[in-house]
Amino acid sequence: MKVIETQNLTKRFGNFTAVDAISFDVEQGEIFGFLGANGAGKTTAMRMLCGLSKPTSGFGQVAGFDITKNPEKIKKNIGYMSQKFALYEDMKVWENLRLFGGIYGIPDKEINPRIDQLLEMLGFEKEKNTMVRDLPLGWKQKLSFSTAIFHEPKIVFLDEPTGGVDPAARRQFWELIYDAADRGITVFVTTHYMDEAEYCDRVSIMVDGRIDALDSPTKLKAKFKVQTMDEVFFQLARGSKAKE
Amino acid sequence: MNAISVQDIKRNYGKVEALKGLSFEVEKGEIFGIIGPDGAGKTTLFRILTTLLLADSGTASVDGSDVVKDYKEIRKKVGYMPGRFSLYQDLSVEENLNVFASIFNTTIEENYHLIKDIYQQIEPFKKRRAGALSGGMKQKLALCCTLIHEPVVLFLDEPTTGVDPVSRKELWAMLKKLKKEGITILVSTPYMDEASLCDRIALIQDGAFMKIDTPESIVAAYKQVLWSVKSAEMSKLLNDLRGHTEIKSSFAFGETHHVTIGNLKKEQLEMYLKDKGHTDVWIEPIKAGIEDCFMELSSATS
Repeated sequence: MKVIETQNLTKRFGNFTAVDAISFDVEQGEIFGFLGANGAGKTTAMRMLCGLSKPTSGFGQVAGFDITKNPEKIKKNIGYMSQKFALYEDMKVWENLRLFGGIYGIPDKEINPRIDQLLEMLGFEKEKNTMVRDLPLGWKQKLSFSTAIFHEPKIVFLDEPTGGVDPAARRQFWELIYDAADRGITVFVTTHYMDEAEYCDRVSIMVDGRIDALDSPTKLKAKFKVQTMDEVFFQLARGSKAKE
Repeated sequence: MNAISVQDIKRNYGKVEALKGLSFEVEKGEIFGIIGPDGAGKTTLFRILTTLLLADSGTASVDGSDVVKDYKEIRKKVGYMPGRFSLYQDLSVEENLNVFASIFNTTIEENYHLIKDIYQQIEPFKKRRAGALSGGMKQKLALCCTLIHEPVVLFLDEPTTGVDPVSRKELWAMLKKLKKEGITILVSTPYMDEASLCDRIALIQDGAFMKIDTPESIVAAYKQVLWSVKSAEMSKLLNDLRGHTEIKSSFAFGETHHVTIGNLKKEQLEMYLKDKGHTDVWIEPIKAGIEDCFMELSSATS
């Protein structure tokens, strides 16, 4: 089943074409890496897919809903996590989960058992009543991800989720991503760490608003005749005409 | 005289020990990297050295001036680029640069040679408001503003965070050029792969240095036996590797997993993985990178 489908999805700001007719699909349960240089159009594309920005033209469907006609339905059926906005620091761990559960419309009587279940799975039972600001960064990140998928969305969007995290925590975080994908949650992730591109099932690379490459890391490396995703990225991004 | 000299600097925020007694020296003309995750204390250290924050105890000097007694001197002769974009968003590129030049009693022309290479890349947009620039351009402008008074020491707090790999390489190329001009650079980063671009580095975690040395020596001092392992099913492989008693640690490293080994031969591991149903098994002893070293040191200290 396709969880994301776009055809010629375009966004213009005045004369500037931020996203230039992109067409791609993402299958259910896939880990899809969305790469590109700063200014290539990733954020704009992602905002359209999350129902936060209306396309200028083209078609897009996320979690079964049209992004132009039903943006509110999309917001209910996706999860979102960015490095910048994570959690309410001055609320307890369970209060954060309670809040997001409520926002996403999980029935009251289901929320509490699900909080306990989740905390047990993460090994966080002892931290249920801890203020989020007192948690180490790696834990906050894990909790933030768990909050984003607490309502079991079809797809979760992760915008540079691992920036600034220590190397061990960064890897543990990816193991959570794998678990979510194994449960059938589609993961759409942006990152500037090229080793993380290797963990994705498929990777797309945006250049000047277009998707210039889309395939599995293995096939992309073979196609560009290089050893690492870093080199694939360089070959494509160097070709950008928007040289800053 | 060293460019930066720090002895036993401590700083608490309430109960949190942000810096637990740091000491280090940076020689003139060095690129010195402070490498560690968010929350390790990097920004606190930078703010103390740039006289924006007082330490609870310890002493520090920059270019021979004490950070407490001679703070006014230091402010004149260092350049500081904070992690968060701190230029005037509603002034143009050119106006921002002029503001910084006049604050330091100089002109753009006077030190143009220092910023030329970087400024030429943003000059086509010099009438544009700083707030309307892309991330990469904002950063280039910030670096120009930091350099306009010809500082002797440059403090760059996470200049590459959130920046794509191509722009990151460009920035490091600029730092190499500034080093040639004789400028000392203290730079912090959470990206371990940038460590090798520094002359010397300090690995920081939880407010303490785990190690200070050249990147080469840190890598050479790595004591574990390290193998790189691949198979057709990487996710299952990680779990199976962790299930083996002679494997001390196992982590995903891009295309392969890095595992530290106890008493185990390559053939034994091969057999074990084949029994677990793995195909296309590939095992190779490798040299550690800085990220392996960081993980090893941090698991030893925690």
